[in-house]
Amino acid sequence: MWSPDVPAFVPLYCAALLALFTRGWLRVAIMLAAPILGGLHLLGIEPGVSVQLQLLTFDLEPYRVDRLSLLFGYLFHIAALIGVIYALHVKDTMQHVAALLYAGSAVGAVFAGDLVTLFMFWEAMGLSSAFLIWASRDERSVGTGIRYLMFQVVSGLLLLVGLMWHAQATGSIAFNQIGTESTAGWLILLAFGVKAGFPFLHNWLTDGYPASTPTGTVFLCMFTTKAAVYALARGFPGTEALIYVGMTMACFPIFFAVIENDLRRVLAYSMINQLGFMVVGVGIGTALALNGAVAHAFNDVLFKGLLMMAMGAVLLMTGRMNGSDLGGLYKSMPITATLCCIGAASISAFPLFNGFVSKSMVMSALMYEGYEYVWLAMLFASAGVFHHAGIKIPYFAFFAHDSGIRTTEPPVNMLIAMGIAAVACIAIGSFPSLLYNLLPYDYEYSPYDMTHVLTQLQLLFFSALAFVWLNMRGMYPPELRSTNIDIEWLWRKGLPRLGRGVVAACRAVSGSLGTAGSAMLKQPIFKATRNNLQMALARNWPTGSMVMWVGVFLAVMLVAGILSTRLS
Amino acid sequence: MEHFPALMIVLPLLAAPVAAALPNGRLPWLLTTAVSWGVLAMACFLLATVLGTGPISYEMGGWAPPWGIEFRIDTLNAFVLLIVAGIGAVVTPFAGPSARAEIPQRLQSLFYCLFLLTYTGLLGITATGDIFNMFVFLEISSLSSYALIALGRDRRALTAAYQYLIMGTIGATFFLIGVGLLYSVTGTLNIADLAERLPALEEARVVHTAFAFLVAGIALKLALFPLHLWLPNAYTYAPSAVSAFIAATATKVAVYVMIRVLFTVFGVEFSLGEMPLQPILVVLSVIGVVVTSLMAINQLDAKRLLAYSSVAQLGYMAIGIAFGTTLGLTAAITHVFNHALMKGALFLALGAVAYRIGSTRIHDMAGLAKVMPWTILAFAIGGLSLVGVPLTAGFISKWYLISAALEQGWWWLAVIMLITSLFAVMYVWKVIEVAWFRDLPESRADVREAPLSLLVPVWVLVAANVWFGIDTRFSAGVAARAAEALLGVAP
Repeated sequence: MWSPDVPAFVPLYCAALLALFTRGWLRVAIMLAAPILGGLHLLGIEPGVSVQLQLLTFDLEPYRVDRLSLLFGYLFHIAALIGVIYALHVKDTMQHVAALLYAGSAVGAVFAGDLVTLFMFWEAMGLSSAFLIWASRDERSVGTGIRYLMFQVVSGLLLLVGLMWHAQATGSIAFNQIGTESTAGWLILLAFGVKAGFPFLHNWLTDGYPASTPTGTVFLCMFTTKAAVYALARGFPGTEALIYVGMTMACFPIFFAVIENDLRRVLAYSMINQLGFMVVGVGIGTALALNGAVAHAFNDVLFKGLLMMAMGAVLLMTGRMNGSDLGGLYKSMPITATLCCIGAASISAFPLFNGFVSKSMVMSALMYEGYEYVWLAMLFASAGVFHHAGIKIPYFAFFAHDSGIRTTEPPVNMLIAMGIAAVACIAIGSFPSLLYNLLPYDYEYSPYDMTHVLTQLQLLFFSALAFVWLNMRGMYPPELRSTNIDIEWLWRKGLPRLGRGVVAACRAVSGSLGTAGSAMLKQPIFKATRNNLQMALARNWPTGSMVMWVGVFLAVMLVAGILSTRLS
Repeated sequence: MEHFPALMIVLPLLAAPVAAALPNGRLPWLLTTAVSWGVLAMACFLLATVLGTGPISYEMGGWAPPWGIEFRIDTLNAFVLLIVAGIGAVVTPFAGPSARAEIPQRLQSLFYCLFLLTYTGLLGITATGDIFNMFVFLEISSLSSYALIALGRDRRALTAAYQYLIMGTIGATFFLIGVGLLYSVTGTLNIADLAERLPALEEARVVHTAFAFLVAGIALKLALFPLHLWLPNAYTYAPSAVSAFIAATATKVAVYVMIRVLFTVFGVEFSLGEMPLQPILVVLSVIGVVVTSLMAINQLDAKRLLAYSSVAQLGYMAIGIAFGTTLGLTAAITHVFNHALMKGALFLALGAVAYRIGSTRIHDMAGLAKVMPWTILAFAIGGLSLVGVPLTAGFISKWYLISAALEQGWWWLAVIMLITSLFAVMYVWKVIEVAWFRDLPESRADVREAPLSLLVPVWVLVAANVWFGIDTRFSAGVAARAAEALLGVAP
């Protein structure tokens, strides 16, 4: 279509720029054209294309195409297209521009051939996506957006330090396998881990996603974490620690998801759980496992996007998002309810739906490599997914007790977007070769054999049975309005408290020093010109105490000088 | 041409009394602007010459050094001269409308006279090759800047200026005592001559004492933590154009003096090896960077917030100096340049805000992005540069600093720098959030965008921030050459 050397993020960035200055149909056309044309163009690109550039003192490789990046390139274009269609009815320039920039940055990140380029897109992703949270334009989203951005920036900074260290140690900034032999490797792993939602670092996810707009969340759930999975697959395949990290990620969110009331937060927890499967796959590091991890990332975008879109539609039409306030919506939103059920079936990995074909790969790889206990834990996680995402989401939103809400189907563009995702879910599930042919590593695999199908069906039916039984007996955790405290307590309360303690201690010490200093000088030349409006930290200092510090400094210098002559 | 080193000091010096004699109005401003641009042209010429043909030595009045006063321009001070002249040439056009609004009509010509004197002093400190002459210019720039700060609208400007006066005088006195002690043992005041004679006297306690006094004096002018306490008030209450000019140049010149004294006069082995200055500088700077960044977060006035952030940034420069390596020094000198650009842009943007709403309190800036989008956008980009976001000048400085820290194996320092960058995000964000996301109070609905005469200088500096964030051949390149020359790595 155009020169193969034009990096893939360019069309999306251009569209973002144009969307800033256009309105109405023209903007709609541009926003649709960018992912479609960009995606079609990408289909014609062969692996092996590479663009090099000399900037500062680095040999950058801003565009490198191989099969792994190409797969994510396709994925992000599909995701951008679905997201754009879903958001077409929104009249908010900021959201459109931020969403396109965000998608463009994610595409840029997966095609980055060196760590510096990766870092730039990594930060651009964080910043542009924060605007999708602020797009809610309410009190809650401002604070959440800042906390979200903090995590993103920390991840970027870790990456920066890691890459500088790595560059110094190895003399190369190329982004290939990094490994955890050096501290630099660990820092980079941690940077990727923040964005991949590693345990204890996952709060931006559960905090940020539910605070965004109905359309913004769809974009949010599609790019950042998947780009992180890509980065892990590229930099740290076969790092055994990741298997256990991934196992934790797959298991712990289940408990939170089951008791959570805000359905979009349930999906956020479920996101971490799905990421767990991918991280485990990367951790195993065999061709099958890596294929499984990236295939699952691909599928997760589709079914998680579909569920998020269904919830977004519910939120848009009813204005509510708590399981306790919803129910019975299937009467007024039958199409949405059906599409949501397709998403639920996919995420629960029903055979013939796409979750099945990729999750089986990770599970098989676990068995082949002899991680039986991990395999059991992942089995538990699979059952958990079915509970909180496969049953709970559609059940409490569309069925359960009738909440009395009567509304209509969402705008047509939303239905189209959900339809595309649903068709893709079923198509990949029924004809897995569609996806398998794109996978980066060569490995023959067939998910539809007797063992897999039977194991999965048993698992699903017994979980369904458990849900039904628990619900009938009234033992299933009811949907309550509650705040569930996660590890975020540590970030939002614990650390600030510790910080205040340290500040108070420092202030006490410097205060007593200051008093001693003033007493020493007997009379401060000037009384403190304190401004009561300002906080103690920011107060003015009397000239006397300034002079005292000068004296102390000079004394230290003099004494140090004298001591050094003695020694020498 | 060969008289440029002297001419660029003499021109503003002579223009100062002329400006004072001119009637209040536009004339003194036009004169100042013309002078500052002339000086900028000379500074560019000098830097080009120095880069091309090596250091220039100019004998004042035809007396050969070391007896006469020598002006010695090498890569380092040609670079600093360019920074001072460049910021001066951008700030003076801004000062026109800004000072008309902030300074009483009857003091206008006096204001420009003082401004030119400060300018002279800063250029003189940088250009001279004589350490006593350095002290003289230091006093010229300090005395005139005390008066400039006292011209601020707020009455607290008087206390601020008084505190600055006391502290500045103590600093200058220490400097003078140090110079006197050096003179008593070496019998010379010429910097190059001192550098030759000192190595033989390194054992003498007088030299050690002189070193302590010189460093303490300069550290005070440089606002090294905890000697920074005069700075926030001085920057906060000074007139807007003065804040921008002083913040971008005065402390940078002090950093230059520090580098000159440590590396040229005493030499790196003595300064950082024999004397235990490295741990002192590193510890104080690190504490300073953390504490003042935290203080910046707690400020209610945007100007004061930037002032505290300046102290933190100066801490970065001091850390770069303390490494004593080529990379560290390159980082420090690059940051001198980049920080002048970003603080200049930020203070000028606040000057434009003050011009329209008469206040720089963060609370008063609520919703201002709706009516003054270009000003707030400029502040935001300057803020990003301050944080060190890639593609801005600040990133380049941080990059070099962190590289220098890692080169020494001080990874904990790199971590601290990154954490303090996060603090920078917080304090910059604090202003942006209020200006961008809060609602505009009705009383300010008729506020308009700042006039072009203010916006152009602001955006020139903002553009420079972005330019030097991408193309570092000039900024980091010259800084690296200056650092190599100082440490004697390259000819």
